[in-house]
Amino acid sequence: MSTPSSLTEFTLADARDAVAAKKISSTELTKAHIAAIEASRSLNAFVTETPDRALEMARASDARIAKGEARPLEGLPLAIKDLFCTKGVRTTAGSNILNNFIPPYESTVSQNLWDVGAVLLGKTNMDEFAMGSSNETSHFGPAINPWRARNSNSNLVPGGSSGGSAAAVSGYLALGATGTDTGGSIRQPAAVAGIVGLKPTYGRCSRWGTVAFASSLDQAGPMARTVRDAAILMRHMASVDPKDSTSVDVPVPDYEATLEGGVKELRVGIPKEYRIDGAPPEIDALWAKGAEWLKAQGAQIVDVSLPHTKYALPAYYIVAPAEASSNLARYDGVRFGLRAKDVRDITDLYEKSRAEGFGAEVKRRILIGTYVLSAGYYDAYYTRAQKVRALILRDFEEAYKHCDVLLTPATPGPAFAVGSQSDDPVAMYLNDVFTVTVNLAGLPGISVPAGLTAEGLPLGLQIIGKAFDEATVLRAGRAIEQAASFTAKPAPWWRAA
Amino acid sequence: MSVDKDTVRRIAKLARIALPEERVEPMEKELNGILAWVAQLEEVDVEGVAPMTSVVAQKLKMRDDVVTDGDQAEAVVANAPMSEDHFFIVPKVVE
Repeated sequence: MSTPSSLTEFTLADARDAVAAKKISSTELTKAHIAAIEASRSLNAFVTETPDRALEMARASDARIAKGEARPLEGLPLAIKDLFCTKGVRTTAGSNILNNFIPPYESTVSQNLWDVGAVLLGKTNMDEFAMGSSNETSHFGPAINPWRARNSNSNLVPGGSSGGSAAAVSGYLALGATGTDTGGSIRQPAAVAGIVGLKPTYGRCSRWGTVAFASSLDQAGPMARTVRDAAILMRHMASVDPKDSTSVDVPVPDYEATLEGGVKELRVGIPKEYRIDGAPPEIDALWAKGAEWLKAQGAQIVDVSLPHTKYALPAYYIVAPAEASSNLARYDGVRFGLRAKDVRDITDLYEKSRAEGFGAEVKRRILIGTYVLSAGYYDAYYTRAQKVRALILRDFEEAYKHCDVLLTPATPGPAFAVGSQSDDPVAMYLNDVFTVTVNLAGLPGISVPAGLTAEGLPLGLQIIGKAFDEATVLRAGRAIEQAASFTAKPAPWWRAA
Repeated sequence: MSVDKDTVRRIAKLARIALPEERVEPMEKELNGILAWVAQLEEVDVEGVAPMTSVVAQKLKMRDDVVTDGDQAEAVVANAPMSEDHFFIVPKVVE
């Protein structure tokens, strides 16, 4: 265990060990993070801070530790994406329509974390209803990436949709965070903010109490500064849940225990279709380096083909909006959320409440979804997209006859400037080109920081695994992490004096 | 396939989102940009392919048909913008 100069620089694993050994108290650790959050408001990483609740939970944790009743994450302060319902704590999903929503219940994933002793620091900023790749569609303004290009003062996006969680972890405001990933919303922000993000297999985490976007794609997962920390969080977020019939009843292994198993004889597939025109040469170079790193540790590199890769994003932009248009039908201005004033009748109430409550990107996706599901178009769009989706899954199944995991870039480029991609929806969608296939096929994927661009911005590599084989994904991710020895940190320009 | 202004108005109505007239044309352009891009799916040979219905092959779970929760009227209306005696208040819908 290494002891850092500041309490916020502990890894989650080291903080856990230090708290358990009573070298530091949860209250001290939590206070340090609350102070860091207060000094870092320029990052806009949090929509709601919960310092009072955090301290109350930390004190309860310290009391348990004193009695010798510590649980696995006892007293460790975490940030929770504002898509997870937290009982009694406002949950907005980044939307004006849920601006004042205070859930009377707790999401299963967050409840699982509290049940093992974790501490809630606050709710993190995100793209509205998780629709975005830059955190710029948030009703609460964009979260800002702690990283800046060398010799530049421009604010960069932290990726999205889990941009606030990425900024909070990257900026040392939390030991770890929860995210959700529908098309890349954990892995893409993790990559551009220089942290680790894991999207588990569909069904690994319960979706109950997580505000729904596209139910056949949404999965919760951890965001952390090390692969070990992600492994620890993953184990405690996952569960089979009677309240989510799509959560799968398979045992959750101790991922941390197998983390250092190495990659000797692991067959690592390199899918040729992930080499795309116009990507910066640094992306390809880092990818090749990643393959060399794994090979040097005894892995076997195999060329594979995923022929339908280029159709994944277009298929996603039919399936996800279709599901979103159905899920978001619940926001009616009647039962919860924003209600428009001065309305003529019930239809006017619905139409005005939704027009005032939803932002531009959400409206666009609801309209696309409504169109592709409407009479006469359903087969041409939705059924065809679900067929293409079946072909994408088949591609992976074929590839896995020849390999155990796949290695790919995580994103087509580093973090970009706030405002630079917001005019063209399709250009923004392309940020998820390497991550979205994994959601369509329901597979686990991890993004691990692996290098810096010439301008000093982080880039990630992605490991994709077989369904429910997060253990191997984490093990291979750990091998990348070790070889990359990514120790760069963002300069704390955002800290208030 | 592309949408025209009338289709934009019709789907906005179906989606119950008020769309001011000056937003119809920009929305038509935005939606057509997306639809033109997703049209590349037409190249894919999907002959004989069954559409995916579930990413993880598993039988839908059944549970006993019993009450597991209830008596939550207060919590149910707690976030309602307007409610009275545990009822939601809406504009008059029946004359």
